[in-house]
Amino acid sequence: MKLTIDGRSIEAQEGQTVLDAARANGIYIPALCYHPRTGKAGRCRACVVEIEGVRGLKESCATPAREGMVVHTDTPRVMETRRTVVELLLADGHHNCLSCQASGDCELQRMAYMLGIERPGLLFDVPPEPLDESSEGIVREADKCIQCGRCVTACQNTVVNRVLAFGYRGHHARVIADDDKPLGESSCVLCGECVQVCPVGALTFTGPRKARIRPSETTATKVTCPYCGVGCQIDFHVKDNRYVYSEATETAWERQPNKGMLCVKGRFGLDFVDSPERLRSPLVRKDGKLVEASWDEALDLVASKLKTVQEAHGTDALGFFSSAKVTNEENYALQRLARVVFGTNNIDHCARL
Amino acid sequence: MAGLAATLGSGAMTNAMEEVLQAKVILVIGSNTTWNHPVFGSLLKRAVKDRGAKLIVCDPRRIDLIDFADVWLRHRNGTDVALLSGLQHIILREGWQNEEYLKERTEGYEAYRKAVDFFTPEKVEELTGVKAADLYAAAALYAKSGVGALYYCMGITQHSHGVDNVKACVNLQLILGNLGVVGGGVNPLRGQSNVQGACDMGGLPVFFTGYQPVSNAAAVEKFSKYWNAKLSDKAGLTLTQMIPECGAKIRALYVLGENPMVSDPNLHHVEESLRKLDFLVVQDIFLTETAQLADVVLPGVSFAEKLGTISNTERRVQLTQPALQPRGNVRQDYEIIADIAQRFGHEFPRTPEALWKEIRDLTPAYAGISYERIREVGLPWPCPNETHPGTPTLHVGKFSRGLALLSPLEYKPSAELPDAEYPLVLSTGRVLEHFHTGSMSRRAEILDRLVPSGHVELHPDDAAKHGVADGEKVAVRSRRGRIETTALVTDRVAPGSIFIPFHFAEAAANVLTNDALDPACKIPEYKVCAARLEKLA
Repeated sequence: MKLTIDGRSIEAQEGQTVLDAARANGIYIPALCYHPRTGKAGRCRACVVEIEGVRGLKESCATPAREGMVVHTDTPRVMETRRTVVELLLADGHHNCLSCQASGDCELQRMAYMLGIERPGLLFDVPPEPLDESSEGIVREADKCIQCGRCVTACQNTVVNRVLAFGYRGHHARVIADDDKPLGESSCVLCGECVQVCPVGALTFTGPRKARIRPSETTATKVTCPYCGVGCQIDFHVKDNRYVYSEATETAWERQPNKGMLCVKGRFGLDFVDSPERLRSPLVRKDGKLVEASWDEALDLVASKLKTVQEAHGTDALGFFSSAKVTNEENYALQRLARVVFGTNNIDHCARL
Repeated sequence: MAGLAATLGSGAMTNAMEEVLQAKVILVIGSNTTWNHPVFGSLLKRAVKDRGAKLIVCDPRRIDLIDFADVWLRHRNGTDVALLSGLQHIILREGWQNEEYLKERTEGYEAYRKAVDFFTPEKVEELTGVKAADLYAAAALYAKSGVGALYYCMGITQHSHGVDNVKACVNLQLILGNLGVVGGGVNPLRGQSNVQGACDMGGLPVFFTGYQPVSNAAAVEKFSKYWNAKLSDKAGLTLTQMIPECGAKIRALYVLGENPMVSDPNLHHVEESLRKLDFLVVQDIFLTETAQLADVVLPGVSFAEKLGTISNTERRVQLTQPALQPRGNVRQDYEIIADIAQRFGHEFPRTPEALWKEIRDLTPAYAGISYERIREVGLPWPCPNETHPGTPTLHVGKFSRGLALLSPLEYKPSAELPDAEYPLVLSTGRVLEHFHTGSMSRRAEILDRLVPSGHVELHPDDAAKHGVADGEKVAVRSRRGRIETTALVTDRVAPGSIFIPFHFAEAAANVLTNDALDPACKIPEYKVCAARLEKLA
């Protein structure tokens, strides 16, 4: 179907919302409570648009795209509403971009920037709330929470871990873990989905926070998680050739095996790649001790020893263990080595263990 | 894998993970899904919560998934054949089976039916401890709710009768017509990132790539010709057979990215065996417990420093790309292998792309999968050509083996049962926060802080009997060894049962485990052995 957004003719698919169609075509509509995985929540009203022939402003995250629709995302009325949304959110809490871990990767900050808000226009004296640093992997800053509800929906409906919920009422309403426990003492299993969908700096990862590295400073490469067999696709964030943090890949997330999710191991278990215990050189045993050696020395020794054994005891005196941790290409190469170079089928790996 | 290959013709998970959302009823047996495959666990919970699928969990431990289950069958460790056959006995007696499917797509019914007769609900109750009424309720729910998906993991396979356990799962799915349909299937959840791929690539003693048997003359000719080499048609030894033969039939061992010194059963024996070798070479990224015994250690690179493909549990081939530059005097793993081949006068491909081309040339199921096609999203094999969309669901319309085979099974007790001297049943497995031998996860700072050391799960009744408090140091002993660890008093385990995660080399569960093997597939019996608990003075 065809519709018009801000004067541009746009092709949309059946089932897409106005927001989906706009974003698919590179048109910026902010949305604070809506997230592709947690769906529409109808809480923030940041994504309102004007639709010709329709009374009032419409939430684009909840409005299906229709043939012939004419949509405006940047009329004065729309901008005024968005400005009010941002002003109220900024007033209610302590949104200090200077020190915020999410700065540069914050949807509220981006929205304020796009609206040209230089400093909050409304000032309330909101008492500061303490940080929740009880969890090994996640820091909670209630001061920065805009109560969009993404983390609650993610925890309840996406990963179904049922830890986060809205607690208390009215002005006191807030996101709580279990019956309002510190996160580290709650039943949280550290899947980190809540952090990944949080639009602001209310939920952040401890690792990059301690390292003083913001998400905007890293580059990501899509890798496959090295742990179980689910094959989660991870955006592996790196700065200066060191691992910083993981996110479930957002690239075509609906078609990936992990559908935008990770577990505690994929989320917090990859820093072993930078471990000081990583081997840095070939080692050869001399006088009972493993000592550093050159590649040529180590490889020549391997070749000569394998040859000696083969000549003395026959090819089937050699055994090869390939690995469920290395790639297909490497497994292929090792079984080719066993079969072609040494003529033995003594090759196996730990599938049974 | 042996069980699936024998009955269906293909040893892999039959259905895509996301099909769980289309199942009407789900049976999980021997899989602590939310700990070992947590992301799939979330999908499974969604199937129950959002799609209204019914859930039956069969597990001796009170695993977290039970909170979502309609029925929980708590059978005794090692009695899976009896439990699954008992369900089938009721289904057949009540006439809930899919007759048409049985006639058109299966063989071996007569012998199978006779074998199932033995498993009356009363007999099954005696063997498994599951009440006849609960068994009936589970059978009715599973047979009458619509398409059913069955998921299992090492709780099914790691037994001296693991292959029989798998066959019992297949039988159940066959009589209900749950194979070859979307939302059904027999689905082993693979526990390592590329265990499927390692099998697919011929990292097995009896198969070249794509399960082409080394005993098949045509296959040997094909590979000989392609590689221009003379090949052996003699089946090789499995890992669990090679270890005891170290120093005898096996004199030199080349270990790539494995740590048998923690992962294998009866560890004292493993160490003795490895020490008898004339030569041990280990290629790894850490000085693992196994590498410490090596004569030469070759440093490869981690998953984050390499390009290549990895095949996940649902046969989906995914591209993984280098995110880090290797540091230090290390080499790509395929380069190291090529360097060795070169010293014997063989030129091996020296790029992942060139190796991938050979794999595709030699392996029909992988032929259609180019790097370009899977740059964004992976493809499930079989994918025979570049226009083929891949195969999320196996056995639609026809089984790989033609007709599926129903297997007559009998109940076999585990190799070592508790007795007066060793009165507890010991089972091993993983915790959520760690992985396998811990060589990766225990070097991850946060995971290590979350679970820094091992423990033994102990029922409150047994704790009281031994006068042991939660958090107290205890010793656990079996006929093969003794370890000291910390008691975790919990009713997650049944009275009389203990559970020890095997990640922790300093209190290695596998010092205790039994190296009894399944006769067909040579898997060790990690899920059942006899042990006793000792209070430390």
